[in-house]
Amino acid sequence: MNLSVAEDVLNKLVDDLREKFGDKVLEVIVEPKKIVKILIAPDRIKDVAQYLKSEWGMDYVKGVTSVDLSRLPSKAQDGLEVIYHVSSLSSDVLRGVTLSLSTKVSLSNPIMPSLVNIWKGAEMHEREVYEMLGVSFEGHPDLRRLILPEFWSDKPPLRKEYVVPGRER
Amino acid sequence: MAREEVKSLEVYEGGPALTFSMGPQHPGTGHFRMILTVVGDVVVRCDPDPGFVHRGEEKMCEYKTWITNIPHLERPAILDSAGMTYPYVLAVERLMGVEPPERAKYLRVIMAELQRICSHLYWLGLMGVFAGHATMYMWCFGDREYLVDLTQLIGGQRITHSYFVPGGVRNDAPVNVPKELMKDFRRYYRMMLGKDYPGGEVPEDFRKYALAVCDFFDTRLDEYYPMLLDSSIFIYRTKSIGVLKKEDAVSLGVVGPVLRGSGVKSDTRIDEPYDAYPYIKFNVPTMEGCDSYSRMMVGYYEMKESVRIIKQAIEQMPEGPVKLKQHPVTIRVPAGEVFASAEAARGQCSIYIRSDGTDRPYRVKICSPSFRNIIAIPHLIREVRIADVPIIYWSLNYWPVECDR
Repeated sequence: MNLSVAEDVLNKLVDDLREKFGDKVLEVIVEPKKIVKILIAPDRIKDVAQYLKSEWGMDYVKGVTSVDLSRLPSKAQDGLEVIYHVSSLSSDVLRGVTLSLSTKVSLSNPIMPSLVNIWKGAEMHEREVYEMLGVSFEGHPDLRRLILPEFWSDKPPLRKEYVVPGRER
Repeated sequence: MAREEVKSLEVYEGGPALTFSMGPQHPGTGHFRMILTVVGDVVVRCDPDPGFVHRGEEKMCEYKTWITNIPHLERPAILDSAGMTYPYVLAVERLMGVEPPERAKYLRVIMAELQRICSHLYWLGLMGVFAGHATMYMWCFGDREYLVDLTQLIGGQRITHSYFVPGGVRNDAPVNVPKELMKDFRRYYRMMLGKDYPGGEVPEDFRKYALAVCDFFDTRLDEYYPMLLDSSIFIYRTKSIGVLKKEDAVSLGVVGPVLRGSGVKSDTRIDEPYDAYPYIKFNVPTMEGCDSYSRMMVGYYEMKESVRIIKQAIEQMPEGPVKLKQHPVTIRVPAGEVFASAEAARGQCSIYIRSDGTDRPYRVKICSPSFRNIIAIPHLIREVRIADVPIIYWSLNYWPVECDR
């Protein structure tokens, strides 16, 4: 992958998304060496994902991350960021690029539409985010616990409010 | 973990169905359970249930410092500890804006490829057991010993060496090889190949010794082919079993030999080259068969390519320092976000890190190859016979600890 070529293509992609979705594109970071992240409002995330898949060939999900933003020292905020790391195996230019498509949901009512219908590969990843951070994905075909034990009744463990016993700081 | 234990009788088309657990104590699964629904001996539904070896690696990362995270991050896949720590170290380096010295890049490549071979040998050896061919297990583990010894000479430990650090590697490769090891290798060479080591003396110089082990292993790999991969037992058990079509492989997001066994030429070492890989010539083997056999063959050819990579890396490796500086365990890493990938033995391993500028990560997410491949299990184990379940399962090279993290 040539970084400068990738950067050009990614800038085009961002411009295209800005043109199509206007102010629903909330924040953009394009640093191909580190991360390429596009923050979208949660109500349009599904349309953006569909658009990326059909128009840009983003067909390959690498992972779904969720971050609890409530303890960030610089700009703490009430929210969870859900990030889909997607890439393309059909486009040669975008093959080595990972696009992080993200959205923010609130900590008290973390509900967002599921993207499993668009990216089938996100199924297990969304289940993991659901149990580890408590995000509910609407429209997920099988939203159950995956890794945590059946008897787990505490808070979602990857939220910052959950403190590992004996590890209080 | 999934639903409560079920032992019930349901009626499906074709007769009454039985639902039961396969694992976590089953020798074919290991720390992992599949809830199978069978009619007769045909599996109609499979529900994978990971989580028996979940250790909370991601949460642990938030409590430990940037450097003390390295030893525990390699625990999810100790056979392939280099592959698991590689993306983490790359990510931290990108956040810090540093690049390792040239010699360190080559040492990393050598270590990562050695571990890839060791991991694949374990995979192939146990596949022999599953396919009813126990000799393969003995061969793989016997040969693996000399590669693990190389790992030990470089990294100081047989498997979990914590060798990679941000800004280089922990220590340089040795100059000479211990006398006992030379003697032992000479004995094993005579035993396996039926002739004395050419020239009589095994070289003492580390580079030459490593090349000798590579040549020996390459010869052994040629013997594996008629022994297991071309044998009728193996072919009958794996051909056309567990077919994952090319488009399904892409849409399910599988990685590594599973993806390449379905005919998709994708490898992080080529797509997003890192460290010394751009300077090394190697092929990415793919197979068009899409079945268990293709996946095993991809693993086999990958070992051959890894031997090529190690040989080139040893020959091209320049002299010089192996790390930028010795970091204290309390280094601070600039705030920011990074997503880095490396090709681990089981496929692409990616790590997302969010740093808030302190001495610990704010969030670390590990997208491990086994977790990405787990979605293929219910997809493939459907309308197959119970006897084929271990074969399909093991052809995915699924490692429960790596999945659960």
